[in-house]
Amino acid sequence: MIQKGKAWKFGANIDTDVIAPIQALKRDKPEEGYVHCLQDVDPTFAKNCQVGDIFVAEENLGIGSSREWAPHYLRACGIRVLLAKSFARIFYRNCFNLAVPALVCAETHRISGGDELEVDPIKGEVRNLTKGETYKCDTVPEHLMQIVADGGLLDHLKKKFKKAS
Amino acid sequence: MGQTISEKILARASGKETVKPGDIVTCNVDMAMMHDSSGPRAAGKRLDEIGVPIWDTDKLVVITDHYVGYDTDESRAIQKLCDDWCESHGVKHYIRQEGICHIVLPQFGHVKPGTFCVGADSHSTTAGAFGAFMVGIGATEMTGVLATGDIWVRVPENVRMEVTGKLKPGVSAKDVILKICGDHGIMGFGYQVVEFCGDGVANMSAQDRMTLTNMAAEIGAKTGIIAPDAKTVELLAAWGVTGVNADDWQSDADAVYVKRLTVDGDALAPQVAAPSSPENADDVTAYKNVKLGQAYLGACTGAKLEDLRMAAEVVKGKKVASNTRFLVAPSSVAMREQAAKEGTLKILEDAGAQILQSGCGGCIGLGAARLDEGMTGISSTNRNFVGRAGPAGTKLYLASPYTVAASAIAGEIADPRDML
Repeated sequence: MIQKGKAWKFGANIDTDVIAPIQALKRDKPEEGYVHCLQDVDPTFAKNCQVGDIFVAEENLGIGSSREWAPHYLRACGIRVLLAKSFARIFYRNCFNLAVPALVCAETHRISGGDELEVDPIKGEVRNLTKGETYKCDTVPEHLMQIVADGGLLDHLKKKFKKAS
Repeated sequence: MGQTISEKILARASGKETVKPGDIVTCNVDMAMMHDSSGPRAAGKRLDEIGVPIWDTDKLVVITDHYVGYDTDESRAIQKLCDDWCESHGVKHYIRQEGICHIVLPQFGHVKPGTFCVGADSHSTTAGAFGAFMVGIGATEMTGVLATGDIWVRVPENVRMEVTGKLKPGVSAKDVILKICGDHGIMGFGYQVVEFCGDGVANMSAQDRMTLTNMAAEIGAKTGIIAPDAKTVELLAAWGVTGVNADDWQSDADAVYVKRLTVDGDALAPQVAAPSSPENADDVTAYKNVKLGQAYLGACTGAKLEDLRMAAEVVKGKKVASNTRFLVAPSSVAMREQAAKEGTLKILEDAGAQILQSGCGGCIGLGAARLDEGMTGISSTNRNFVGRAGPAGTKLYLASPYTVAASAIAGEIADPRDML
């Protein structure tokens, strides 16, 4: 499952309070709150992000709360893969559970906003088509990619319990 | 080779003799906790989509604490949804509006040393103060636990964090953990377990230790843990957990730690973390002329009974600065009642504090303690990220209950040691 898309570039320590602000969660329909996603960091993001775009950050992506709205909103904005030098652990697990693979890549500083990227989680490779560069990223454990392939943990569990019954 | 307390717990929960860092194991969950934000309306709803029952109703605790009160249609609706879901699913341990989950959970006797627990909230690490291994997970992952009763865990490396000596008057566990945030950063211990130990921890009360493990979340740790001792056993007994043998859950002398670090408890000054990260910590004396619109004592981190007592010690016989509002939301109803009974609450009120309902409230920008547009505040909570406690333009400093109380009196960031 190779993912091709445009990079949105952010810095270090992007936390769940800016990805999913409390005002967004307080809406009558919190699922529509993704329009507030990252508004305090880049007000254009939620408006201009396209389906298939790739979220690129430096260290500590997703620090903070366990709120799943954070990866949920990124996906709702269109993001299909996350690349960062490191992730906060609950956010990392939540991303796979919501079918947005989170890949550790030590070279995200080489990527600029707007670069066309091609990400191969199985091979552990990020190709920067704009700059003509290739970066290594972590490969993802098989059981996690199975969850992503099933559309997230919920659908994965539905499949599992259906099989059992 | 010896094992740490964390490794012993993960080995037991996964049915193995021993485990080592990097192993991926499947653990049986001894206790799972979820609240009104992550629980019935999220994980619960998804469990119903799968169409299977709760794996073990004896092992699930549901607590309402985020949307407390009945002041908005939204909080009323969420409360009702929780009530209905817990009733229809036969939830045996449903605790409504008794305070913040991380405090209420042990207070109602649900935390035991040596257990493997999960909570659908990042500060679930708090239970580590009682020698439990408890981690925060997301709501979808909680759905998996509700359905199956197990979860995969990558066995973390262990960091030994020794607090030496004895904290000085006016210095508390909050200052220790802010110092650690400042020295090591908010991802300083990514995916590791931080085991707090040493004389400095032994000298702390069992309740104050909860502040250390609570903010393990702010140093990137998978969780924090403290081996139980006589103080732990005594507090747990007061909260209805008996038959605990502290000796059963200790790290071996030859256990392996990837890092051994120390915090000098004797030399530690009160710490304040500047906006907008807990890692921006420095000695209180570094902050001059920081005027405050609000001082807030609250959250699972900083409004336990002993936190309220610390604040009362500072403000006794004094008055809050005229241009600063001092808001206090005790961490739990039982703690508020005890504080009222013993006179602690009256001391705070006489100084000018306004007492708010127990709940997550101001810490997550909800209720009366939400910072006003452009306001600067100080708070005994755990996070000061942009937009958490108020609009994006607000500024929040984090400090101990002592320092928050002293700052409320001064109307600016103040050193509590000058007021004790």
